[in-house]
Order: sequence, then C-alpha cells, then structure tokens
Amino acid sequence: MNIPYTVEERPDTGLANGKLGIWLFLASEVMLFGALFSTYILLRIGAPSWPHHELNVPLGAVNTVLLICSSVTMVMAWASLKMNKWGAHRGYLAATFLLALVFLINKSFEYAAHFRGGEYPSHSTFLAIYYTLTGLHGIHILGGMIVMAYLFGPGAKLWKKNPEQFTNRIEYTGLYWHFVDLVWIFLFPVLYLL
Amino acid sequence: MHSDSAEVQKSIRTYMMVGGMLLVFTAITVAASYLSLGVALGITVALLIATMKGSMVAAVFMHLSHEKKWIYGALILTIVGFLVLMTVPMFTVMDTIGTPIHVAAPAGEHPAGH
Repeated sequence: MNIPYTVEERPDTGLANGKLGIWLFLASEVMLFGALFSTYILLRIGAPSWPHHELNVPLGAVNTVLLICSSVTMVMAWASLKMNKWGAHRGYLAATFLLALVFLINKSFEYAAHFRGGEYPSHSTFLAIYYTLTGLHGIHILGGMIVMAYLFGPGAKLWKKNPEQFTNRIEYTGLYWHFVDLVWIFLFPVLYLL
Repeated sequence: MHSDSAEVQKSIRTYMMVGGMLLVFTAITVAASYLSLGVALGITVALLIATMKGSMVAAVFMHLSHEKKWIYGALILTIVGFLVLMTVPMFTVMDTIGTPIHVAAPAGEHPAGH
C-alpha cells in the first residue's frame, strides 16, 4: 500500500503529511515541557531558598556547546542530501549521533556525582525538578539517537529507492533534534545559572 | 522551505554563522551568571539571551522564517497554550478560595494577635 503525500505536498495544506505531523508532535512537546517549566516556576516561587550555581556549570556549558554543534551538524546532514552529497551526509549524521552520545555520557557523570553525594530526587525540591526536567530531556536525546541510528543503518536503504522521501525523513528528524536543542537552551540557564 | 540545491548551498554560510553566534551567546550567559546582577536582573538577562538563542534555532535551523501558514497556525495555538501554562502559577498565588476573611479572635485575645 502506498501512503500518499510522503513526498508531494497536499493541495489543501501545501505540506507533505510528515511535515505537518512532526510540527503537531512538537506542539504537544511544547505543552509537555511547558507544564514542567510552569511547575518549576511554582516550586521556585514557593521555596524559602533556592540553590545558586549548585550544579556543575562548566559541564552544563560543555553540554550546551555539544548540543549547539549537533544542531549545526544535523542541519548540514539535511543540506548535504539536498546537494546530493551522500558521503557528507553520512559524516554529518554520524557526528550528530556522536555529539549526542557524549552529551549523555557527560550527563551520566553528573548524575553519578550527585548520587555519590546522596543527592537523590527526594533530597530537595530543586533536585526533584532538576532530575525530572533533565531526565525527560535525556530520554528525548536517547529517542533522537535511536532514530538517527536507524536512518544511518537499515533506514538508509530508502535513499536509493526514494531519495526525496529519505531527505524528508532526515528533515523531520532534524526538526525534532533542533527542538531538543532548543529545550536545553532554556534548561541550562534555568537550572544551572539562576 | 528550500528545495533548490543552489539555495541550500547559500544557506550553509547562515547555518555556520548562527551556530557561531549561539556559542558566543552561551559564553555571555555563563559569564553574566557570575556577575552580581541581582536576582531579578540576572533572571531577565539569562532568559532574554535564551529567548534570542531559541529564536535563532527556530528561525534558521528549523526554517520557521519561511514556512507554510498551516505550521504558523499550529504554532500560534501552541504559544497561546504555553502562555496559559506559564500563568497557572500566578493563579495559585492569587487564589484566596478557602482563606477565612474574618478570623474571630479567641476570647481574651486581641484581634490579629495584638
């Protein structure tokens, strides 16, 4: 069975279905993270004191740099396909995956340091919201990595069969990935710096 | 959305420039957090820079600077929902339901603990 409008644009929306689909998904993600940011505000307003610079700021800053670089490599992975440069695309996609992996490794070091100090989510309101927000964000990073691994591995076959559809898949993965980067751009100052 | 290979080629310079600017803004955010700006100004500066960075990611990397109206429509609804979520904590502060208006002082005590 052929799924319509995977490549060609629907006459009513002017968009391929996948494009509208990923944006609607991202809209739901905004609400998910929005609810948690709102919870953060509520907890912070109600707290008698709030820790400042308690987290590892240099490690958080390094992770911010990693995600920004991964956004650049992701958009380059898509741009390479548009320019028909398959080898460059593979390199950029692999680089994005590796940057995400280093991000998670850094995060695991950070979590481990907290756990060694007995700082679990039940330790304080700040740590409870910290683990909730960064944990959910980490799951999103992992989700993006799984999709990237698929598109680098078995999913890459589609390029030969239907290059335009494959390019669209990379574009949608990129949109998700930039959103994950965008969330971190707000999480970093809110949790690490303020 | 770019579809032409030549146009994409031209955009690469923009992607690199935006990537560089995002890194510079990150450095500024970290540096500003070590200055004694006070809580209110510190939060304002950090969130202002984060908003600028977020806008650059959305506009350039996510191509929102030139998208179709259906996507803008979905995003406007999302922004409205997001703003409602952000105002929820304010409602909890303003909420006075269940708070006694006139507390009767126990016999032998002055009202309001005086």
